[in-house]
Amino acid sequence: MRPSRRRTLNRLAALVAAIPLAGCDKLSRAPWFTRLLGAAEPLNHAVQRVVSPSTSMAREFTPADLSPEFRSNGTADPENDDYQDLAENGFADWKLEVAGLVEHPLALSLADLRAMPSRTQITRHDCVEGWSAIGQWTGVPLAAVLQRAGLRREARYLVFYCADPMEGTPESAYYESIGLDDAFHPQTILAYGLNGRDLPVANGAPLRLRVERQLGYKMAKYVMRIEAVESFARIAGGKGGYWEDRGYEWYAGI
Amino acid sequence: MTAEPSSLQRRHSLPVRIMHWINVVAVATLLMSGLQIFNAHRALYWGASSYTGKPPLFVLPDGFPGWATLPGVQWLAMGRRWHLFFAWVLVVNGIAYIVYSIASGHARRDFIPTRADWRSIGGSIVQHLRLRHPTGDEALRYNVLQRLAYLAIVFVIFPFLVLMGLGLSPRLDAAWPALVDAFGGRQSVRTLHFIAAAVLVLFVVVHLFEVLVSGPYNQVRSMITGKFRVPKEKP
Repeated sequence: MRPSRRRTLNRLAALVAAIPLAGCDKLSRAPWFTRLLGAAEPLNHAVQRVVSPSTSMAREFTPADLSPEFRSNGTADPENDDYQDLAENGFADWKLEVAGLVEHPLALSLADLRAMPSRTQITRHDCVEGWSAIGQWTGVPLAAVLQRAGLRREARYLVFYCADPMEGTPESAYYESIGLDDAFHPQTILAYGLNGRDLPVANGAPLRLRVERQLGYKMAKYVMRIEAVESFARIAGGKGGYWEDRGYEWYAGI
Repeated sequence: MTAEPSSLQRRHSLPVRIMHWINVVAVATLLMSGLQIFNAHRALYWGASSYTGKPPLFVLPDGFPGWATLPGVQWLAMGRRWHLFFAWVLVVNGIAYIVYSIASGHARRDFIPTRADWRSIGGSIVQHLRLRHPTGDEALRYNVLQRLAYLAIVFVIFPFLVLMGLGLSPRLDAAWPALVDAFGGRQSVRTLHFIAAAVLVLFVVVHLFEVLVSGPYNQVRSMITGKFRVPKEKP
């Protein structure tokens, strides 16, 4: 090999090696590029809906599979005085508000929810970070609550407003949203019980959402209010959830 | 010893060259963004869940260093965006490559070892260990170790890696519970996804090492322009 060629090749190799190191981090901050990468999300959603029909059920496990202690992630005890007052009183004064595009807005106490049909399921909780834990959840199917409230035709999403501020301020309160296919799925429940006991504060007392075919961040804890909406574009950061507003996918089935 | 110049021959077809470099980009971004995702939870387990009362199989408390991850800072959301986008690039390119390799005869001609190849396996191992590379006509065909390595990577390791990646999706688990159960549960699948990636890294290391010791300029050129200079037979 001639020396000039060798030099050219060496320079080329150095350039190629430098692109991933410097360029990729720049690309990660370029809006056009992150939009391009984000194109995979609707593709994944569409393909997964075909491969895994909306009626497909998440695997259910046996009591032998239960994790000894169900890990608490994110908020473990909301820094919110109103919430703390409710908790002190055993959530006797707490009411779940169901509002937005519904025929009959509701305010349901824990006793009201417990009087409704219930479902108990032992499922695997998959965190976006990579870990899994298995817990037994008891709650009211979201579909039963929605049937009582009567969804209006324009309703496309359900938004869950939570009691836990993520960065100290009320504006940073956790929230999430799901589509109607997941909302009416039989395993989608509003859980008030974990492993046969009342849902602990660390896991979202008094009520948390379970959406068993998506990742953990969809399963809002400390749910205070459910709103049926046509679009979540005007809510908080406009991406449909606290983590979605920070770059995570709205569709968390993968 | 004859003074005739070594001849320039066609080696890699244009589709193979294009798909090879697309694969380089996809594998590099998937590997680095995969290490970013691993860093969000730096342990591997066996079974369905991570919390069974038993300790993890493997823990890496400090995680992978920033120079090996994509992005370089801890940023799970962006790591997932890279990973879930380039997974499509890898799969579409990989399927195109497998279809092309079978349809064009590339796989049969260049990957499936012949009887003579099987007989030469001992000698080939010795030649590789001594870093001696074939010359003349022998340099134009893949030797038995190359054939076996490419067969394993293309038809076993890559499909397995992709399958284990799909098994991590909670929505696909609902559709194909048997896939996850067959490999011991979702956390086992995550561990196997990681191990398959490690095997792929080992392949790439050996692959690059062989390129370096067998004439890197000639080898890289043959994967860019398709032209390969056949090494002269030693006297």
